[in-house]
Amino acid sequence: MPNTQELQDLVVQVRRDILRMVHKVNSGHPGGSLGCTEFFVALYNEVMELKDGFDMDGIGEDIFFLSNGHISPVFYSVLARRGYFPIEELNTFRLIDSRLQGHPTTHEGLPGVRVASGSLGQGMSVAIGAALAKKLNGDDHLVFSLHGDGELQEGQNWEAIMYAAGNKVDNLISTVDRNGQQIDGATEDVLPIGDVAEKFRVFGWDVLEIENGNDLEQVVAGLKEAKSRTGKGKPVCIVMTTEMGNGVDFMMHTHAWHGKAPSDEQLANALEQNPETLGDY
Amino acid sequence: MTKYTDQGKQDTRSGYGAGMTELGRTNPNVVALCADLVGSLKIETFIEENPERFFQVGIAEANMMGMAAGLTIGGKIPFASTFANFATGRVYDQIRQSIAYSDKNVKICASHSGLTLGEDGATHQILEDIGLMKMLPGMTVINPCDFNQTKAATIAIAEHHGPVYLRFGRPKVANFTPVDQKFEIGKALMLNEGTDVTIIATGHLVWQALLAAESLENQGISAEVINIHTIKPLDDKAILDSVKKTGCVVTAEEHNYLGGLGESVARVLASNHPAPQEFVATQDTFGESGTPEQLMEKYGLNNKAIEAAVLKVLKRK
Repeated sequence: MPNTQELQDLVVQVRRDILRMVHKVNSGHPGGSLGCTEFFVALYNEVMELKDGFDMDGIGEDIFFLSNGHISPVFYSVLARRGYFPIEELNTFRLIDSRLQGHPTTHEGLPGVRVASGSLGQGMSVAIGAALAKKLNGDDHLVFSLHGDGELQEGQNWEAIMYAAGNKVDNLISTVDRNGQQIDGATEDVLPIGDVAEKFRVFGWDVLEIENGNDLEQVVAGLKEAKSRTGKGKPVCIVMTTEMGNGVDFMMHTHAWHGKAPSDEQLANALEQNPETLGDY
Repeated sequence: MTKYTDQGKQDTRSGYGAGMTELGRTNPNVVALCADLVGSLKIETFIEENPERFFQVGIAEANMMGMAAGLTIGGKIPFASTFANFATGRVYDQIRQSIAYSDKNVKICASHSGLTLGEDGATHQILEDIGLMKMLPGMTVINPCDFNQTKAATIAIAEHHGPVYLRFGRPKVANFTPVDQKFEIGKALMLNEGTDVTIIATGHLVWQALLAAESLENQGISAEVINIHTIKPLDDKAILDSVKKTGCVVTAEEHNYLGGLGESVARVLASNHPAPQEFVATQDTFGESGTPEQLMEKYGLNNKAIEAAVLKVLKRK
């Protein structure tokens, strides 16, 4: 099990990967990716029980679904650095003939991805289905999912939220990235979402909050707490407050970097703020 | 001509229900989902015998399609069923991304397709679903013609790995295919050999095509009748072999002429062996309330319409 310093080093390296990936192709979504870096690093290296290698069915291990697929850079970086595919392949992000499509897909056979996502609001339903399959298979491992807060504007989520609670899907931990931003501005300006935790609670979920989703120790503790609450008749929701663009000062406190790549100068500045730790790809 | 006997009118949706009953007993990986239409889909026996393998999702079709995709992860074979309108148009993007693009082994099973659901009217009568589903890469599209064939198709698609759209209907119609006929996905069935014209029909229109062929025979016209239960992948060879012999074709389907079987047949012919074709299908219109028979008459989807189309296409040879 890696210690906190190793995980922190990985966080910084993943930030570098994200920045370099989107810079190279001058496209992609760095803001939300940087905001969820601690979450992905913790999930894949400290929280989930994973088998070696990858098979689609994921029987006998915890599995994860990314619903807000546009934050593919952080997903790809963490998958690669967890050993699912060669780190050098990050070089192919969004290029023609790549397995690292703009949004994650199973279609090109990238290990670690179990469903396509990008068209928003679909991931929780898929996670519920996978959680039910685990129950049918007598597999006591867990299903994790991540959702953007703006994504909750999609109605399908509320069908899924209602279903999971009504049917006691208690081997599911769905995390909402509450960064308060979406493409057109602050979520509360675009279409107010209000109290996410309370909404899940009244739908019948067990809800906990991670106040600072960019504090690695808080994220690890929150995810472990969520695990301890599974199997008790309720799906578990984590409302995790993050800062979009975290770790790069000029990308924080704005929605401007939702889907925009840094220039050469901006990249140099951003990388300077995140010195190489484990080695660039 | 080859004689077909109606073994007693039955609804194709009950064929689906019967197929699910058998799958419940024979394939432990088959699971069923339904969006508040269990009675209409005739899956009560499956549910009664396999309560742990049934998921009632409520009136939430988008969630149903996503859940079906998820259930495949872990090796389940989900049969997600509701009315055709809510199984396709309502959830197109869920099917597109979470099922088709994600290569998930989901069976989308849709009852009440076309006009023949009758009195509920156009809000429920989808005539675009074949087009929607056949345009999705990797999607298999099947529209069986009667109870026996629907049951056989239901059982067959469980053995096929990949997403399938299985389309059937509400009214009781002639049940005339052999009870033990093996269902082969993508393989057209020759129902009657003829020399003057080819009638290619799918779904409820197959029986109507046989009625039309019988009447045409009395007029001295020899019609070949082919049952295309699988619209995608289409049996190009069966179509070409027949049209090369007869020189003209009538396609018949309970669907809009845009996007349906007729257009798929036209593509095969245009690319390989151009021939006159007439389309028995709805003419880019919505349906309306009425009895199934009234609607099929008004919208030109019965044996008389097929017969008229044959007489028309013969003049164009």
